Amino acid sequence: MGMAAQTQFHVLAVDDSLIDRKLIERLLKTSSYQVTAVDSGRKALEFLGLNNHDNEDEERNSSVASVSSDDQQVGVNLIITDYCMPGMTGYDLLRKIKQSSSFKDIPVVIMSSENIPSRINRCLEDGAEEFFLKPVQLSDVNKLRPHLMKGIRSDENQSNINKRKGMEDIHSPDRTRARYNELEVV
Amino acid sequence: MDLAQLQRQLVDYKTSLYHEDFLDEQFTQLQELQDENNPDFVVEVVSLFFEDSDRLLNELTKALEQQSVDFKSVDAHVHQLKGSSSSIGAQRVQKVCIAFRNYCEEQNVEGCLKCLQQVRHEYSLVKTKLEFMFQLQQQILSAGGSIPM
Repeated sequence: MGMAAQTQFHVLAVDDSLIDRKLIERLLKTSSYQVTAVDSGRKALEFLGLNNHDNEDEERNSSVASVSSDDQQVGVNLIITDYCMPGMTGYDLLRKIKQSSSFKDIPVVIMSSENIPSRINRCLEDGAEEFFLKPVQLSDVNKLRPHLMKGIRSDENQSNINKRKGMEDIHSPDRTRARYNELEVV
Repeated sequence: MDLAQLQRQLVDYKTSLYHEDFLDEQFTQLQELQDENNPDFVVEVVSLFFEDSDRLLNELTKALEQQSVDFKSVDAHVHQLKGSSSSIGAQRVQKVCIAFRNYCEEQNVEGCLKCLQQVRHEYSLVKTKLEFMFQLQQQILSAGGSIPM
């Protein structure tokens, strides 16, 4: 039953600091987003299904994954990541996302405690939608919505972007939300 | 002390913490994120901060005791401490961390040791004060009152 499958936007948050993960999670949940928080770029890529091999693994994952109607979609609508992380930086993660044919259209937002204009510009030039200075505020999180809404419109033209499991009928959040009142009665 | 007096004491205490820069606007943000569905949010985050800071301060002490100090490592720890103190609004701790990082960049052991001492001191102060504040809050709640914000 595909009712109300995706009434919430799903944000993937990446930060090596436990405190900051807890904070960003609360900020996002307060704004009614569904949140998955991971502590590294590597884990973020794993979550998305992007390991070292780009497209091959995605294809394999989506065909092998079981398709039961109870399965939650693992679609991610936005990625928000810290810049300074050991191993893969937020910038490295941004680049990997933008190089991926399946995930390049997911909006990426970078956070940093350091106000370094050259860093900020580089991130924005390489595809980040926003750059937030830490500590992140609710007013920053409010800026995410337009980027998420934009994603839906392009969603309607593409059949299977960041959805790992092929589902019968993928409702985009916008359409689902618009119809939510009707569905609620069921 | 009756409930009203407790509540007044809490308000005055909090005000003084802000006034003396122990806490800044970010702490207010934390409180605003707390609600009836997440009633312990502030205490949880602050507890994480205490655990994290204890760990980092130990690491820093060890790192600065070494014959040959690894400044990159020291700086990485201070960066973390600066970040977490900033995230909870512990302004005085954060300020010392900024100076601390400058000494790291200069590879100045003496300066680093001084900052370590200072940051331990500021951390210990804010920890005591926050714990007292939480205690007051708990007393108010136990007396059936609500926390004035």
